[in-house]
Amino acid sequence: MVLNRVNLEIELGKTVAIVGPSGVGKSVLLKLIMGILIPDEGEILIGGKNITEARSEAAKNEIRGLLGVLFQSAALFDSLTVYENVAFPLTERAGIGRRRSAKEVHQEVTKMLESLSLTEYATNYPEEISIGIRKRVGMARSLITEPKVLLFDEPNTGLDPLVGQEVYDLIRLCRERFGYTGVVISHELPEVFQVSDRVAMLLNGSFIADGTPEELLKSSNSAVQQFLNGRIDGPIKIQ
Amino acid sequence: MNNVIALPERVGRTVLDTIEDWGRPWIFLLKVMVAMVTPPFRLRLVLQQILQIGVNSSLVILLIGIFTGAVLAVQGEYTLAKFGATAYTGSAVALSLIRELGPVLTALMVIGRAGSAITAELGIMRITEQIDALRSMAVDPVRYLMVPRMLAGLIAVPILTGMCILIGILGGYIVGVGLLNLSAGTFWSQIQSAITPTDIYSGFIKSFVFALIFGWVACYKGYTCGFGAVGVNKATTQSVVTASVAVLVIDYFLTSVLTRWFMP
Repeated sequence: MVLNRVNLEIELGKTVAIVGPSGVGKSVLLKLIMGILIPDEGEILIGGKNITEARSEAAKNEIRGLLGVLFQSAALFDSLTVYENVAFPLTERAGIGRRRSAKEVHQEVTKMLESLSLTEYATNYPEEISIGIRKRVGMARSLITEPKVLLFDEPNTGLDPLVGQEVYDLIRLCRERFGYTGVVISHELPEVFQVSDRVAMLLNGSFIADGTPEELLKSSNSAVQQFLNGRIDGPIKIQ
Repeated sequence: MNNVIALPERVGRTVLDTIEDWGRPWIFLLKVMVAMVTPPFRLRLVLQQILQIGVNSSLVILLIGIFTGAVLAVQGEYTLAKFGATAYTGSAVALSLIRELGPVLTALMVIGRAGSAITAELGIMRITEQIDALRSMAVDPVRYLMVPRMLAGLIAVPILTGMCILIGILGGYIVGVGLLNLSAGTFWSQIQSAITPTDIYSGFIKSFVFALIFGWVACYKGYTCGFGAVGVNKATTQSVVTASVAVLVIDYFLTSVLTRWFMP
């Protein structure tokens, strides 16, 4: 069992970072929120709607319409240009959200590309742009449907410090501009604190700490301190 | 006591896992079939896939068709000459191509060329989280990725088979008449008298079934691909081997059934 007794409530408009060592189930938790995995027990409510009770893909899709996700590798579609990737959720998801004409789609995508400084890359394919720009395109694609909740899976893993900081700046900027509720999955400490109102640490399948970044820094829990300080010796065993 | 309970539990778990492993591809096929006949329909994606699977495979199919027909003419003439029956070379070439070699060779070539590409593409989409991204955007991957590929296969493979057969007969004609000095009139008249509509139906049914196997195996293996480059490598190899073996095995059973039930 990867996760057990996980209980977390996220206030509207706030951003929570879920942190913990590799292999503790952070990404599993994200997939549970997206309805890609189904828990054996328990419930996950998004805007009051229970995704764990949604049996059909159509019912799940209705709830997924409230979500946006920025994947670790941005998960852009290789065969589509930057413009087409950003337009994708507006043109391809059927029966969810407002139906838009081609002209409206073009206007919205153009506006989104402009607001994230991506206009010059509109005709490029993902393989032709840097990872930092790909993340920005992924962000634009997530935001185009005006999601209520935005999920970030390891947003700056594998990036150099400058690009990593650029991604965090982008997350902060977009939150100010679009006002979503955020869930950031990360093991990058303390960098992730700059985009978090609250931090919850996952270990052995459940949360061992939950509070503001300042509270976590002052935590007396030895596992939290070991993780924060990157010590090898301590209760957390390296897997 | 624990051992007494543990053994049946282990056996039960193994049986259930096996049933699940066997059932999963069938559930996948059922989902694709249901999605094929229910809206929304994505014609643009189907046309794109017809281009990938059909149009881009046509040159290689024409090549194998013409040389297979040529080889059949040489072999047929050699064998039939022993019985003084070289006049039947044309009908031997055409019957072999229509009933057997056209559908089977086309299916094997499409599996090798397009099936492996589909599995690799879907596998990479799986490991780079593109399929998860589709689901997170409330786009059903079965409808968006699998249905266009399987539908395109069902449309393109029978057409490619027809092309393979026609060009194969032409190859047989060129070699038989042009190089082996058979009579052109006899070549064509023997084909006309030997081929019946049931031969053509039989070839068409086979190509349709093989197209289903090609699309099903390629999409399922890609969709359920394991982790990393090794996972994609394994899925692609399994896809080609499984589909090719399945085509040859099912060909035997189809031939038996079609010959027994539908041939005069």
